[in-house]
Amino acid sequence: MTTGSRPLRPGHDAAAFRRHQILRENVIAWILRGCAFSAVAGLLLIVLFVFKEAWPILGDRVTQQEANLAGFFSQPLWQPVSETPKYGFTPLFAGTIKVVLVSMLFAVPIGVLAALFATEFASPRLREILKPCIELLAGIPSVVLGFFGLMVLASWLQPITHAPVRLNAFNAGIALGLGIIPTVFTVCEDALRAVPKSFREASLALGATPWQTAWNVALPAASAGVGAGVLLGLARAVGETMIVLMASGNAAITSGDVFDSARTFSATIAAELAEVVVGSPHYATLFFLGALLFLLTFFINVAAGAFVDRLRRKLAGA
Amino acid sequence: MTVQTPERPAVTQEPPRATPPPPTVRAQQPETAEGASPTHLSARGLDLFYGAHQALKKVSIEIPSHSVTAIIGPSGCGKSTLLRSFNRMNDLIPNVRIMGELRVSDIDILAATTDVVELRRRVGMVFQRPNPFPKSIFENVAFGLRMLGLKDRNELEIRVEDSLRRAALWDEVKDRLDRSAMALSGGQQQRLCIARSLAVEPEVLLMDEPASALDPTATARIEELVLDLKARYTIVVVTHNMQQAARISDRTAFMLQGELIEFDDTRRMFTSPHQKLTEDYITGRFG
Ligand SMILES: Nc1ncnc2c1ncn2[C@@H]1O[C@H](COP(=O)(O)OP(=O)(O)O)[C@@H](O)[C@H]1O
Ligand SMILES: [Mg+2]
Repeated sequence: MTTGSRPLRPGHDAAAFRRHQILRENVIAWILRGCAFSAVAGLLLIVLFVFKEAWPILGDRVTQQEANLAGFFSQPLWQPVSETPKYGFTPLFAGTIKVVLVSMLFAVPIGVLAALFATEFASPRLREILKPCIELLAGIPSVVLGFFGLMVLASWLQPITHAPVRLNAFNAGIALGLGIIPTVFTVCEDALRAVPKSFREASLALGATPWQTAWNVALPAASAGVGAGVLLGLARAVGETMIVLMASGNAAITSGDVFDSARTFSATIAAELAEVVVGSPHYATLFFLGALLFLLTFFINVAAGAFVDRLRRKLAGA
Repeated sequence: MTVQTPERPAVTQEPPRATPPPPTVRAQQPETAEGASPTHLSARGLDLFYGAHQALKKVSIEIPSHSVTAIIGPSGCGKSTLLRSFNRMNDLIPNVRIMGELRVSDIDILAATTDVVELRRRVGMVFQRPNPFPKSIFENVAFGLRMLGLKDRNELEIRVEDSLRRAALWDEVKDRLDRSAMALSGGQQQRLCIARSLAVEPEVLLMDEPASALDPTATARIEELVLDLKARYTIVVVTHNMQQAARISDRTAFMLQGELIEFDDTRRMFTSPHQKLTEDYITGRFG
């Protein structure tokens, strides 16, 4: 390619320049590759570590005498540091479900409707203010949200809910919901903005009102993205730790009442891992919980992806 | 019909009309452009600005009912803008200012008290690119009816079938009404969009280059359909295709740079236009 071409200017060695260029491209490609793989390697190491520490639950006889799968699911109590330790997951499971449910019931409608408002009703000016504000909420460290839930929210909510305790699943769910709203909002807003203007025009031209258009045309057309936003919010809710640790009261009780204190999987790990004896059955149990949590959020994320793909294909008419 | 008497009855169902009502109920046969068919859609001294840019300049036009009116002119001359003014779709664009008078039948389109939702139901619109909703064929056609609060499945089915028949699409889709509209061909999608508009019983159908995204066969079908539909609707078609205007319209309006240059019987327009500009345009000297 270079052999026959005329030099750009006298003394310009096109061939040498090209050799140099190729070398540089290769170096850059290797650096980028290294970055990409180190991220994957980090993920693999974390997964490996968590599963390795959880392994005694499934494969070590001594550990199994104290903490085992059958016990996790049949034992009704979580009392890992009592005279005879009890490792029943049921109360943690109940706590997780309650807190996550409250947070989703709170955050999903608000996040979705706020996104609908921002894309379908707000003036461009208002949208420019609203969006960064909600996204700023995502930037608030969860420890701050937890603190807010612990000190402020709890004092506001208790007089309204008449809950027997200040810190309970409902309180934690609302605080957690505040952390999830931006996730739901951002993903939904993106999805709604990607809905072609032509759908809205068609709807309005048929005599649909703006609200009918938003609800019956824009939202369904964005359903794949909205679903993904909800599932990502769910994954975050299940894994979020600091907020629930601070705002839920942390009592591991099996109860269906959202106004009772609650303890989630994630908060349990955070609260107990610091004081546990490394290598003990309790330690392995906490890692087992962590592994479960990881698998759960992993499957939620996979489901989100599959869900989005399927809806997208359906909307495209396949 | 009320008989003209010196003293009008106290209660009249009919809205006041400029011309006395015709002796029979509406003529079903298309009338010639010279015929007595009353004005259905009109603009008077219409100015429209996009920000500082004036897209329509003192446009006045009277479009007779139950006829096809074509709007032709080079790209950017304001055809779509004029069309979209008739159902106030320009309201959706920020910084639009519009002055003058627009009427459909007895409604003052631009009046603050006019219900835009109701106006748009009466003045339907078909867009340049087929834009069916990502829903089933049935739900596309039923959409406008559902938005009007119609829930009865039986009635919906009857009306959907009727609309699809009127849009000459029924035979092609009757076995797959629950399939996604996105899987139809472009021409079918456009006829579906027409059916969707017809379902809410508009009086006027505005079509913005309805065939420009379609192949010749699909275009021919849309043209046939337009000719069929004028018995029941007043149709305004924007097109940049002069042969198409000649084939389907009773009257043609020629626009240039926001102005209505000439508006006349289509045959006369294409054989002996009054304006030099019109002649230059239709003989292909510019545009
Ligand atoms: N949304 C808009 N904002 C600003 N200017 C516009 C907008 N839509 C159209 N225009 C301008 O108005 C003029 C007429 O446009 P349009 O009615 O779309 O023309 P046509 O349909 O005849 O091609 C053009 O100059 C165009 O650039
Ligand atoms: Mg146009």
